[in-house]
Amino acid sequence: MVSEVLDDAVADRIMAVLATVPDPEIPAVSVTDLGIVRGVRCDPPVVTITPTYTGCPATLVIEASVRAALDEAGFADVGIKTVLSPPWTTDWISDEGREKLRAYGIAPPPKGAGSRSLRADSPAECPRCGSLHTQEVSRFGSTPCKALWRCLDCQEPFDRFKCH
Amino acid sequence: MAPSLPTIQPGDVANAEKARAGGSFDAGEAVEHHGALFDYLLRLGDDSLILGQRLTEWCGHAPALEIDLSLANIGLDLIGQASLFLNLAGEVEGKGRDGDRLAFHRDVLAFRNCLLVEQPNGDFAQTIARQFLFSTMQLSLFERLTGSSDHRIAEIAAKAVKEVRYHAELASDWVVRLGDGTEESRRRMVDGLDWFWRFVDEMFQSDEIEQSLTRAGIAVDRAELRQGFDATVGNVLRDATLPLPEYPRALTGGRIGHHGEHLGHLLATMQYLPRTYPDAVW
Repeated sequence: MVSEVLDDAVADRIMAVLATVPDPEIPAVSVTDLGIVRGVRCDPPVVTITPTYTGCPATLVIEASVRAALDEAGFADVGIKTVLSPPWTTDWISDEGREKLRAYGIAPPPKGAGSRSLRADSPAECPRCGSLHTQEVSRFGSTPCKALWRCLDCQEPFDRFKCH
Repeated sequence: MAPSLPTIQPGDVANAEKARAGGSFDAGEAVEHHGALFDYLLRLGDDSLILGQRLTEWCGHAPALEIDLSLANIGLDLIGQASLFLNLAGEVEGKGRDGDRLAFHRDVLAFRNCLLVEQPNGDFAQTIARQFLFSTMQLSLFERLTGSSDHRIAEIAAKAVKEVRYHAELASDWVVRLGDGTEESRRRMVDGLDWFWRFVDEMFQSDEIEQSLTRAGIAVDRAELRQGFDATVGNVLRDATLPLPEYPRALTGGRIGHHGEHLGHLLATMQYLPRTYPDAVW
């Protein structure tokens, strides 16, 4: 029992460390906000992470950043395991993560849309003025996870996190 | 060092039938399938790798910024798939070769991609025609492979299928836009589809390697994907007001390493750096 309690405390501390690791391409959100960290196991100590997009070049950087953060916090003996299954979905982005994305100027993906398609049928909400009067400019954007949109009311272009 | 084409052992079929009947697949039988599985993973990985490499040739040259981003991103997704399949192929082979080794240190005759993906980009309409035909096939293939009895293949397919759906949608939207566009865009789209049509049959062919894996529940019978493919292509071409291309004599051979001259040139570019500086690291 004692060890279980200890383990929980350690897992919480590890998660707190990971919550400070920013995503390399969208530094406003952390790897825990994005749902990239799938869990912490204590015996043996392992952090499980999952890639967002198959070809996302950030995947390697994320692993290196997680490693560095763990080492720095004294968790050098905690391993990192990458798993593909179940496949990552934007539904795993936390509510806090969605708010951070919006504040950063990226329209977050609608919840529950991830299972079917990368494309959301609903219009994106402009992260600047809140208008739904928006239009897709390009289905692919500056990173694999984003599409380019523009707001037809405030005229500003913005990124939308693709549903995945 | 190039891997030779594995031969199917006499016991394979019986083992596969047994595994299928029992609904399970034990390690002993898996060993029997080693060579076939390795080859199948090369086919899956090489299709993605070669088309991904082709698409990166557009980077900085596409007709518009948005298209540049789209083609580069699709290429990136495909190279990501290739990395997963080829790493797994190396693991199955068990000779210490990883995905990078298989991608950069294999000679042209050892590549197992279909001929469609190695064809030069041509103009934008040709690139779209090739992408449309390939992604439409790959979408149905990966949808089915999510049910593979090899959980490693099923996991990769489940991960990648969401991205492939996006590729297929982008390509079919462009087929419609170009086909139902100006006189010139229509002419180019018709030409592009006409040219690539001869490479369609090969994507749905299967051989003893794939049939033995299909009986074991690992692979998918490609012929079964054809009807859905024809229906999708027919619908998109109708929306694009385009005629179905005439059926030319099909070209095949990629799956057994009989490639056209273009693949060698592509590999020369792709493999130059790691072959010249084998110890180079990022």
